[in-house]
Amino acid sequence: MKELLTGNEAIARGAYESGVTVAAAYPGTPSTEILENLVRYPGVYAQWSPNEKVAMEVGVGAAIGGARVLVAMKHVGVNVAADPLFTLAYTGVNGGLVLVSADDPGMHSSQNEQDNRNYARFAKVPLLEPSNSQECKDMVGVALELSEQFDTPVILRTTTRVAHSQSMVELGERQEGQAKPYVKNPQKYVMVPAHARGRHLVVEERRKRLHDYVETSPLNRVDWEDRRIGIITGGIVYEYVKEVVPGASVLKLGITFPLPERLIREFAAQVEELYVIEELEPFLEEQIRLMGIEVTGKKLFPRVGEISQRVIAEKILSVTAHKDLINDAVLAEGVETDKDVRIPVRPPVMCPGCPHRGVFYILSQLKMTVMGDIGCYTLGALPPLEAMDTCICMGASVGSALGMEKAHPEMHGKVVAVIGDSTFLHSGITGLLDIAYNKGATTTIILDNRTTAMTGHQDHPATGRTLRKEPTNPVDLAGLARALGINRVVVVDPFDLDNLKNVIQDEAAADEPSVIIAQRPCALLVKEKGLPYVVEAGTCINCKKCMKLGCPALTAGVETVIVNTTLCTGCGLCSQLCPTGALKKEGEVIG
Amino acid sequence: MDNGKVTNILIVGVGGQGTILASRILSQLAREEGYDVKVSEIHGMAQRGGSVVTQVRMGQKVYSPLIAEGQADIILSFERLEALRWMHYLKKGGTMIINDQAIEPVPVIMGLQEYPDNIIERIRKKIPDTVAVDALSLARKCGNDKAANVVLMGLLARKMGFAKEKCLRALEEKVPPKFLELNKKAFEEGWNAEV
Repeated sequence: MKELLTGNEAIARGAYESGVTVAAAYPGTPSTEILENLVRYPGVYAQWSPNEKVAMEVGVGAAIGGARVLVAMKHVGVNVAADPLFTLAYTGVNGGLVLVSADDPGMHSSQNEQDNRNYARFAKVPLLEPSNSQECKDMVGVALELSEQFDTPVILRTTTRVAHSQSMVELGERQEGQAKPYVKNPQKYVMVPAHARGRHLVVEERRKRLHDYVETSPLNRVDWEDRRIGIITGGIVYEYVKEVVPGASVLKLGITFPLPERLIREFAAQVEELYVIEELEPFLEEQIRLMGIEVTGKKLFPRVGEISQRVIAEKILSVTAHKDLINDAVLAEGVETDKDVRIPVRPPVMCPGCPHRGVFYILSQLKMTVMGDIGCYTLGALPPLEAMDTCICMGASVGSALGMEKAHPEMHGKVVAVIGDSTFLHSGITGLLDIAYNKGATTTIILDNRTTAMTGHQDHPATGRTLRKEPTNPVDLAGLARALGINRVVVVDPFDLDNLKNVIQDEAAADEPSVIIAQRPCALLVKEKGLPYVVEAGTCINCKKCMKLGCPALTAGVETVIVNTTLCTGCGLCSQLCPTGALKKEGEVIG
Repeated sequence: MDNGKVTNILIVGVGGQGTILASRILSQLAREEGYDVKVSEIHGMAQRGGSVVTQVRMGQKVYSPLIAEGQADIILSFERLEALRWMHYLKKGGTMIINDQAIEPVPVIMGLQEYPDNIIERIRKKIPDTVAVDALSLARKCGNDKAANVVLMGLLARKMGFAKEKCLRALEEKVPPKFLELNKKAFEEGWNAEV
């Protein structure tokens, strides 16, 4: 039976069919849907971990224990999980372990576009790159077999266009495997230096065996066509190449580390012009050049962002002697844009009723220096709120607020860290511990909207529910902050602007560290919307103070502000800013 | 639809308008016709009220899930301004279907930028085959604003020449049972819309 699946759905299906019994992840675009789908299959235990490092460690334990394991995360998540990954490469596994790294060239929803293929080379573990959903499913199975055969973790690297594109997948049956028995083996699993030295030799020997394996793997194959142009590629770019240069011979690499040297040499020797086309870093190109093979790569193709059909066609046409092999239909000019009109941008915005809006409004009023973090609330950096100074990585707000304060003691009282609940639990806790330990006086504002909102509302350790939607013990954020050594902990309602302002001023001014928990569920989780606000025509003086909130439900009219009552959730922030009391709950307006 | 080539449909709109459900219904339809299908969606940050695009490609054999600029056969725009933003993706001689609704982006709401006027007339000058429909009103007639996406699907399906019975079957596949009646009504409204 065939189904139309996204890459992520297909990876989940592949894990199910291949007998995976344990899976762990932290949500992150474009990887999130893997676990959301996998948890629905019988016989698979799947969980959200507080962060990628813990997810990886859960996977390490399960794999050493003998289970087949999948661990999934976005590219930057692998930075967090790198520590266990690099040493797992030494110990090896017992049951197979596949780590899915979902990269984001073009940064559709990320803070950088690092190329995680480099992790495979760095950690010396095999790397598989699917081009479509069928390959996503199949390669999970191959990765697990390789993992067990060569006693190594294996990385399956997707990119946004593979993870979030749907294509046809042939479904199969689940292969029920018995978990292997766990056998105690300290020389293999206890990485003290004496053991690790021995294991490093094993890693190098394994690398040689892998070099032989990849030469004959069916995942590396040549589509022979005209030999005047040869292209080495993999991942999503393969699909573009087949469309743009249908006449060329293509060496499609499904395993991109280690590379099949003999196969590449044979291919290179048989084609006239040789190109390597890959998104981001010259990962394949540099290794091919090290073999002494001359190839055209990043000299021609961009190192930044995604590669498109158009770029491939334009770039090859600019240098090739064989223009007849290029399908230049992709270069046909389409409809002209209307040059007489300026098209306003449409950036993403905080939703109407978003509990983050009031906090950023107050921070902007108080002219605070705001060390920000990763989540929907990063939108607080955009106009009109513009109340964020930095956004680096998950959890960075807390430690960097301490750093700013240590560098500039005179800024005390004007620097705060702002971090979401899920992000705080991911990697803000240790930063807060640092503030308490090193006697900072920093204020940390936890925007507690009771969910991991940006990635589509996943549960986390403070929501009281697991990925399987089972009730569990929720962590108490206030109690946690106190246990870390923070004595001043205040819980506030972010819809009460006056109180919010007073609390932020008081806590920032205090000579000891503090935590403010601004608590309100994400507006998208609140099923029952409040009565909308409406503008009382005679009372509104059109001062537009309410417009400073940047609420999509408020529009500037000619004589008054206008509330879009379909969008308005009745949060009431605008009415708190109105100097004349013109914004009233529907039904309260007179006349 | 010409069997030998790939048909490209670009669905654009504003995060939260239901473009993804529309693409899922369309791809289901294509599958029922026996075509190879690829669909590309964007999740994550853009969904928070940003400009969103979903791409559907169908034909005997489809490689890339993405449509190259200037190669879309049809653009279905859920909002006027988004039609203007994405029109260069349409091939010459292509079809533009626009939901005649304006959703002002925040820079316009703030008064920093202007929402262009006469968008549909502007587009019609460049794209003779431009169709505009007030899907929101038609959805409201069926009892729920949210069904505007399925109204637009009805219009698109008729434009593409799909058989109506197959469309209704695709709806049954992709829409939860409790919303099926509403969505069938919405689909009919779009199918029969006078444009």
